[in-house]
Amino acid sequence: MHRATLVAAACFLAGLTAAAQTPQAATTYAITHAKIFTLAGSTIDDGTLVIKDGKIAAVGASVEVPAGAQVIDGKGLQVYPGFFDSVTQMGLSEISAVSSTVDSSETGNFNPDVVAATAVSPSSEHIPVTRASGITEVLAVPASGGFDSSGSRAVLGGQASAFSLAGWTMDDMQIKRSVAMTINFPTVQTRSFDVATFSRRERPYAEAKQEYEKNLNELTDWMDRARHYAQAIGHGGPSDFERDVKLEALAPVVRGQLPVLVFADRARDIRNAVEFCDKQKLKMILAGGSEAYKVKELLRSKNIPVILRPVLTLPTEEDDPYDRLLSQPAELAQAGVKFAIGSFDNSFARRLGQNAANAAAHGLSQDDALKAVTLYPAQILGLSDQVGTLETGKLANVIITNGDPLELTTELKYLFIKGQLTSTDNRHKRLFEKYSNRPKP
Amino acid sequence: MNRRLHAVAVALLGSLGVSYATWATPPDSSPVIVIQNATILTVTKGTIERGSILIKDGKIAEVGPSVKAPKDATVIDAEGKFVTPGIIDCHSHIAIDGSVNEGSISVSSIANTAEVLNSDDIDIYRDLAGGVTTANILHGSANSIGGQTVVIKLRWGQPAAKLPFAGALPGIKFALGENPKRSNFSVPGQPKRYPATRMGVEETIRAAFTEARDYKNAWDAYNKKVSAGDKTAQPPRRDLRLDPLVEVLEGKRYVHSHCYREDEILMLLRVAKEFGFKVRTLQHVLEGYKVADELAAAGVGASTFSDWWAYKVEAYDAIPYNAALMTRRGVVVSINSDDAEEATHLNQEAAKSMKFGGLSHDEALKLVTINPAIQLGIDKRVGSIEVGKDADLVIYDRDPLSAYAVVQKTLIDGRVLFDRDQDVAGRAALEKEKKDLIAKEKAAAKKSEEKKGEHGKKPDEKKPEENAKPPASDDAKDSVNGGAQ
Repeated sequence: MHRATLVAAACFLAGLTAAAQTPQAATTYAITHAKIFTLAGSTIDDGTLVIKDGKIAAVGASVEVPAGAQVIDGKGLQVYPGFFDSVTQMGLSEISAVSSTVDSSETGNFNPDVVAATAVSPSSEHIPVTRASGITEVLAVPASGGFDSSGSRAVLGGQASAFSLAGWTMDDMQIKRSVAMTINFPTVQTRSFDVATFSRRERPYAEAKQEYEKNLNELTDWMDRARHYAQAIGHGGPSDFERDVKLEALAPVVRGQLPVLVFADRARDIRNAVEFCDKQKLKMILAGGSEAYKVKELLRSKNIPVILRPVLTLPTEEDDPYDRLLSQPAELAQAGVKFAIGSFDNSFARRLGQNAANAAAHGLSQDDALKAVTLYPAQILGLSDQVGTLETGKLANVIITNGDPLELTTELKYLFIKGQLTSTDNRHKRLFEKYSNRPKP
Repeated sequence: MNRRLHAVAVALLGSLGVSYATWATPPDSSPVIVIQNATILTVTKGTIERGSILIKDGKIAEVGPSVKAPKDATVIDAEGKFVTPGIIDCHSHIAIDGSVNEGSISVSSIANTAEVLNSDDIDIYRDLAGGVTTANILHGSANSIGGQTVVIKLRWGQPAAKLPFAGALPGIKFALGENPKRSNFSVPGQPKRYPATRMGVEETIRAAFTEARDYKNAWDAYNKKVSAGDKTAQPPRRDLRLDPLVEVLEGKRYVHSHCYREDEILMLLRVAKEFGFKVRTLQHVLEGYKVADELAAAGVGASTFSDWWAYKVEAYDAIPYNAALMTRRGVVVSINSDDAEEATHLNQEAAKSMKFGGLSHDEALKLVTINPAIQLGIDKRVGSIEVGKDADLVIYDRDPLSAYAVVQKTLIDGRVLFDRDQDVAGRAALEKEKKDLIAKEKAAAKKSEEKKGEHGKKPDEKKPEENAKPPASDDAKDSVNGGAQ
């Protein structure tokens, strides 16, 4: 005999369109009789999730529906935390071939002071398209490449920002402005692909090695200078202390407060990166990790988590097993290496769930596959106090589906971002509807 | 030194890929196989729960709840598994030796992918492991009129001459829009190539076919004279560039045209009408949904991506509902890969059309089986599980329209060319073979190093294992970088 406002399903659905168009004050919602995958403890077969003031207010099998709550009958539906895509260029790149729409890669090799959040366009068409696939928050990573990226990959790429995929401004959306410092770890590269001339370029090993050493030395130098700088400002500094925005940006890195997101794929590059971060006492997160399996013991023993690139990627070597990347997550899980799976992209971000499912198809447990795109990225990026599971007090970034959210044909029925019932309308749906209604010529 | 050794070893091991195929039945024998207890998705004749397929002489001999199998038949028990026709990829660039683009000229119809097939390309095996049995091997998209194309079967382990799909009409690649007009690409120091606009693309095609028509007329006149007994008739000079275009005019060669925007699509259909030829397929055709009725009326096939978008301006209106919407308006639609990796999960890409646009299970499966077969004119041979068709089959561990489905076996012409169990079981031996080879190489190199050391010389250091691969040959990556497909 609760006094909740029960909204008839039909009325409720009609209201959805309005909600998409008009700003809505925070409301209390209760999703009842749903199967709730909290990803923190066991699944609740018939439970209630209460959302209030943008947060998860309560979740459980016997939770009271608060007065005034809008009730969504979740019978036959499943509730999950929204997906967290942990490497993207979301909002930084609109049309990758058109440089004026791309802000994902700054010029120059050492840009520790640039911050992704600054250039995320809240009205990017990618944001509604992506959230319609169940991704509720992302990490936008500067200098992280992406499909079709021809941008340079700075050694120190700048700071990655985490945000929810709905809001009027970045202030609305932002979860954390500075989550990690991007490092594209220097590598010996003799062969490259030249975008301007559309041709392969080869250069002698000695030359490639020289550039590698130069970059590595410079990176080391940056860290050393940042350490001295951090010590100086830590002691107040002399009165004529000259501030340096780049070194200031690196100070939290060398203090071990801000993790470094180190892009490396080859085993040797990963080993070099681990050695470097060890020496510099940096908190390392590996990104990419195509050959992480080759150094799994090292990663486990050093407690270095990995954000894996999509498993739907061909193997590095011709003679690698054809499913080398597909089966890697299972192998890493067995070895005790912590990992998430990212899209490393923008327009392909919506394949995140598909990638997790493919990892499950190749030996990863269903639970780990789901967590690799929810809880684990949140933990790896130090944001699990805010997102990643359905627990009281966390941001209400929630998806409600009619089945396994990783499966291709599953539909997203309701989407909550920061506790707001959010429309799944997007550019693609609108074009579909427009041209579905085109009269016969 | 070790790096060089490694490189040598890896180069040697490249050829090891062939040993993947050693378990395949020798090409000259045609085993009799029965696949039993499977859920058979015939595509054209519904689903048979717990059915059997009898394979004889490389063909499907019987399909049904039970079949009359000879005693000596090899039995594949597919209990709990799903069988589909082999996946057909209507847009592929695998098995091409070297670059896919003869990008120097705007009409490159002299080039032919059939002449540069590389049967050792490991992507053949990888795509086979993803259930692909037939692929349309296309030239790139740098030219308004590109090179000639060939349909192949993924007969891994066989020489290049055995790859082409016998009886399949050859094709030619056309391309419209940003790639042929080189919007996203320029070579420093080189002048801009004509055409640089969609207007110029149309005129390039019109000019070429005007020439081809005159050339054809000259030949027709000559042949007429010859058959009338004129012994003084002089043949026109052969033009290898125009020959394939004449074949297009005569309906002996299919046109597969890369395109994106609705306006350029309609342009090509107009030009084709003007010269009296048919466009067989529109490739990518990401705005096909905007002119679906026109495509249906023209009887042109549409081969598109599942959900690629926004990599260039002409892909900004791309929608994942494209395949479904065109299907609903009566267009024969396929989902293609344009990429060796994408091809490994075309079944999954087809499944997306159930979610985006509401295609039925059967309709979605058609997008990668019978529909591309129709588009390539090979639907009497492949694309569905029917008696008399080629035994090109895939066995999945579950419904193939799931992200969890894994290919267990792929058969071409009734031979198991991919077997997941055997692949997995063979890995340890391959690994050992690789290690032994590297050890052998190292030992040999050490010996030669010692020899050189005696003369006070240092071996050259070069080529470490690191290398940056060029982007895989898919449209978006290459198009931006210069217009590949």
